[in-house]
Amino acid sequence: MKILVCVKRVLDPQVKARVKADGSGVDLANAKMTMNPFDENALEEALRLREAGSADELIVVSVGGGKTEETLRHGLAMGADRAIYVMTDEVLEPLAIAKVLKSIVDSEAPGLVLAGKQAIDDDSNQTAQMLAALLGWSQSTFISDFKLDGDSATTIREVDAGLETITVKMPAVISVDLRLNEPRYVKLPDVMKAKRKPMDKIELDSLGLDTAQRLTILEVVEPEARAAGVIVNSVAELVDKLRNEAKVIK
Amino acid sequence: MSNLVIVEHDNNEVAAATLHTITAAQQIGGDIDLLVAGQDCQAVAESAAQIVGVATVKVADHAMFAHQLAENLATLIVECAKDYSHVLVAATTFGKNVMPRASALLDMAQISEIVEIKSPDTFVRPIYAGNALATVQSADAIKMITVRIISFDAAAASGGSAAIEAISGGTDTGLSSWVSQAVSSDDRVDLTSAKIVVSGGRGMQNGENFSMLQAVADKLGAAVGASRAAVDSGFVPNEYQVGQTGKVIAPDLYIAVGISGAIQHLAGMKESKVIVAINNDSEAPIFQVADYGLVADLFEAIPELEAAL
Ligand SMILES: Cc1cc2nc3c(=O)[nH]c(=O)nc-3n(C[C@H](O)[C@H](O)[C@H](O)COP(=O)(O)OP(=O)(O)OC[C@H]3O[C@@H](n4cnc5c(N)ncnc54)[C@H](O)[C@@H]3O)c2cc1C
Ligand SMILES: Nc1ncnc2c1ncn2[C@@H]1O[C@H](COP(=O)(O)O)[C@@H](O)[C@H]1O
Repeated sequence: MKILVCVKRVLDPQVKARVKADGSGVDLANAKMTMNPFDENALEEALRLREAGSADELIVVSVGGGKTEETLRHGLAMGADRAIYVMTDEVLEPLAIAKVLKSIVDSEAPGLVLAGKQAIDDDSNQTAQMLAALLGWSQSTFISDFKLDGDSATTIREVDAGLETITVKMPAVISVDLRLNEPRYVKLPDVMKAKRKPMDKIELDSLGLDTAQRLTILEVVEPEARAAGVIVNSVAELVDKLRNEAKVIK
Repeated sequence: MSNLVIVEHDNNEVAAATLHTITAAQQIGGDIDLLVAGQDCQAVAESAAQIVGVATVKVADHAMFAHQLAENLATLIVECAKDYSHVLVAATTFGKNVMPRASALLDMAQISEIVEIKSPDTFVRPIYAGNALATVQSADAIKMITVRIISFDAAAASGGSAAIEAISGGTDTGLSSWVSQAVSSDDRVDLTSAKIVVSGGRGMQNGENFSMLQAVADKLGAAVGASRAAVDSGFVPNEYQVGQTGKVIAPDLYIAVGISGAIQHLAGMKESKVIVAINNDSEAPIFQVADYGLVADLFEAIPELEAAL
């Protein structure tokens, strides 16, 4: 089975986003970027499926511009066999990304697509579900466990009430949560090897898709900061403040 | 304008999240209809009909909707959506699972987790773990929206008298099937609706120590929450997690115990009215958002707090 893993280049999660003074967006110039953390979990799961003999080829795909190639090289260093880089300088919405990914799935015919549950920049949490819809495939989202069983898979989903187990028919699109696995570290020889692995570069325009923006960003601002608080010196003082000043406890 | 709100439920009760979503629909303006899809879900339809401000409750009662799996439910939403300018659902794991699927089938963008309505086509949504707020304007014929429930009050659950209309439709895709649901929490206070939340982090050291927080929570009628580190370490189950990728909550009082205050944790609780931080590291970033900070060893402070309440 061939597995396609969708990866996005995002601001490093340790870095606090800074809004541009002109309100046009978040300032990413010179910011530290990484592979979206959830996508590392997705790729790790694919690597484990290959190690277990359930997969024979792993492809990482990313849609983007700038240094997206670096993110794909990281995926190759983690162990993917090859990469597909759909190049565009436009910022695409999840629906457009899903359309691009569908066209890649149509040409590559993988048996499984793995994605992150949410890209930590836009926090959209849409792309995997949209891709599944466009393909007419089954979906399981926010999973923390995946077991392949012939032409179906059993997945455990992290839902608000606890854990939900569902089985999906293959092929499927699966979006993964952070507790699915612990992504492996990349070693230097793997980084060297990754440089020689194949990467297909495709111009977005050559796919002939309607990726026009549906949403116009009018403004991006920083949320109001909370007023500074106080340090109390004892539990007794804390309880007194909560009762008599904040009046949030009786 | 006309709004369709997808009702979240367990075939018995309307989820509180739906009441908040209805308030968002009210702010958009125009008629509000509800869609209840389930199996043997008449009780849900009847209580939904009592929510104030609702015109019609459409009920699709069929085995294919028993567990509201995304593939089948999305086909029904698509059929119903064509009569509306806005389709809304709460940004819970239920809404996040099904709404993008329905949106893509309709070839409409989804506007995720709105926190404010500027006009019927313009919405505010947090991005980058809430460190930025984007105002977006939609050009789509149908606005497909998920609603952050802490940003909208709950609509009144009784006092209305909507019509109930049975509908058929949807496709049984047979693509996935439900196996089981494990709910660890028996009768704990619900984290998303609790007025007071006591959360523990890695500083709690183990799951047993969470009973100290539970004791404080019991005295306050509070729910217990956790950081991701506490969940990852197996101290408590996943549904306790507060944050960018867990639950987003805004209680009147949030007490963070042994939690450092990472960006991703703050994303889930910084809208709380009053924040208390108890941490033995005075440099911990949680103190920057705390209204009241106590620099102390939690193993001394928590029993003392319990005794003082
Ligand atoms: C993509 C992504 C998504 C994430 N999503 C979330 C999310 O949704 N929610 C979330 O919480 N995190 C999330 N995280 C993780 C987040 O970055 C932090 O790692 C996590 O919040 C840390 O949890 P913590 O504060 O419990 O642990 P730590 O950062 O280890 O902090 C423990 C704190 O306990 C204090 N402490 C220790 N012992 C004591 C004692 N005896 N008395 C008092 N204080 C003590 C320490 O001083 C320290 O400040 C996410 C991370 C990523 C990359
Ligand atoms: N530009 C992109 N290229 C490849 N995959 C993407 C891209 N954007 C999103 N994805 C995938 O979709 C997941 C969810 O993203 P989102 O819907 O934007 O929150 C991500 O974790 C990725 O796996």
